[in-house]
Amino acid sequence: MRRRISDNTLWFWVFVGPFAVGLALFTYVPLLWSVYLSFFDAHNTVSPTDFVGFDNYTAMLRDGAFTSSLGTFAVFSLFIVPATYALALALALMVNRTRRFQAFFRSVFFLPAACSYVVAALIWKLSIFNGVRFGLANTVLGWFGADQTAWLSTTHPPWYWLVIVTVRLWLQAGFYMILFLAGLQRISPRLYEAAAVDGARPGWQVFRHITFPQLRTTSVAVVLLLVINAFQAFDEFYNLLSDARGYPPYARPPLVYLYYTALGQGQNLGMGSAGAVILALIVAVVTVFQARWFGLGRKEAD
Amino acid sequence: MTAPRTTGGPRTTEGPRTTGGPRTAGGGPAGRRRPEDPLVRVGRALRLVILAALALLFLVPFYLLVRNGLAAEQDITSPDWTFFPTTLHWSNVGELFDDPAVPMGRSLVNSALIAVATTLGTLLFASLAGYGLARIPYRFANQVFYAVLGTLMVPSAVTFVPSFVLVSSLGWVSSLRGLIVPTLFSGFACFVFRQFFTGFPRELEDAARVDGLGYWRTYWRIVVPNARPVFAAVGTIVFIGAWNSFLWPLVIGQDRDAWTVQVALSTFTTAQVVNLHELFVAAAVSIVPLVLVFLLLQRYIVAGVERSGIDD
Repeated sequence: MRRRISDNTLWFWVFVGPFAVGLALFTYVPLLWSVYLSFFDAHNTVSPTDFVGFDNYTAMLRDGAFTSSLGTFAVFSLFIVPATYALALALALMVNRTRRFQAFFRSVFFLPAACSYVVAALIWKLSIFNGVRFGLANTVLGWFGADQTAWLSTTHPPWYWLVIVTVRLWLQAGFYMILFLAGLQRISPRLYEAAAVDGARPGWQVFRHITFPQLRTTSVAVVLLLVINAFQAFDEFYNLLSDARGYPPYARPPLVYLYYTALGQGQNLGMGSAGAVILALIVAVVTVFQARWFGLGRKEAD
Repeated sequence: MTAPRTTGGPRTTEGPRTTGGPRTAGGGPAGRRRPEDPLVRVGRALRLVILAALALLFLVPFYLLVRNGLAAEQDITSPDWTFFPTTLHWSNVGELFDDPAVPMGRSLVNSALIAVATTLGTLLFASLAGYGLARIPYRFANQVFYAVLGTLMVPSAVTFVPSFVLVSSLGWVSSLRGLIVPTLFSGFACFVFRQFFTGFPRELEDAARVDGLGYWRTYWRIVVPNARPVFAAVGTIVFIGAWNSFLWPLVIGQDRDAWTVQVALSTFTTAQVVNLHELFVAAAVSIVPLVLVFLLLQRYIVAGVERSGIDD
């Protein structure tokens, strides 16, 4: 029996070992290193000598640019999370009910997931929301007699939000629609039959009392993924707003800010790391809170 | 990547095409045979109209990409912009590859190598680890699993500076190794495999064990062939992610020779010199491989998502 147990241990590590080593080397080592760097004055160096305690953290939290980048993230997720959630769920419900052309519609809505942020940003920036007349948005609005808008550089009102949010909405709605479709497929038809027997009118009542509650685990996962992904927003901001002259001070999410702090001209790795650790803590707190609040992992509900 | 034809996983109680055909799971009145209520018919027609309108909206950006890629320069920037270009210039595609200013061919090759290597490597490491975590009894298996799960919460901002330093101290900056190796260990992929293998029926494996196959041979001969849809689903998602990834290649691919397609495109958009039709044709070319992979494997993604518990 002893032999059997050590055999299992050996085989466990044969299977898991290579992955575990890689994960340790390329995720955990950098993570701990980041925490270490955040306590040092590290300009242009990764083997710093000046221990500064929490100075980087306090400096970071007092830095208006950093806190405003956190604000940008908050506003961004306030727009993108509910918008994606609603659109993905609506698409899934409609596609799921459609008998003809179902595969076609599913493909069309999912297809943008194959497109990169770089390409999408290019289309949005240079073809749809172009400031001059050859942009699609201005052309269409022109038919109704509207004035031309410089979408990406108008800050009052902040039209650039429309550009930033619609890019991501277009790119990701289809993927979350697939998750909802998978959730819908798992709902037992018997529940709907029971509801019909009980006299629930198809439509809103059935959705409210059967479909939506049954999608709870999917919903929780979707919201979590949406929030975590919103935190990581970089590609579309970078590609939409920066140009040869640099980056405008408005609408800079944390990752873009940290990119410029740590790898830009200043090369302030200590500050960059402190900012990154703060960001990680916020993500962890939000994730754990959300998971607890919505009961992720509670299986009895299924 | 070849599409595995069989979807014969052991869990195919619903049949292989769970999502393709005219199934009406999700119920609703459409599913039952009943005299057709005119209101239901109106509702269905309305739904089709809305879906069609949304589908058109979703396709417009793709159309613009191709339109501008094949248009003449003045058709893109003309103040008298029209939805349809006046003429199509297929020669734009050839010009793109002849332009010495943009290493388009090279960056496409780089992206392809990176995406293929990342996909194969991720599938190998993550599926082995997922299987070990799900099936091999070990005292600390749960703790190891939590360590994997925890990485899903780590934003890339936290690791990119030290990762960059690590990779540069290995001398891997501007090399394909530096672009591939650090991305091979995906907590997400491992999580999906572990979830799938946990719900995998044990009977097949037990039979294999009785026949005297060890874990290793059981895995390769029994488990992998039966898990093809999940391999295809995770593989496609990883492939798309690797092809589209931007921040890491931007940081690591400093030499032109190590640029990926995304970095090459991005330098176009942020640079002042913009040859618009060339930019658009480059972008269009960059999504062709993905759209192909995607259309070929799409139903496996859907089936894989449904079976693997990605959303559980």
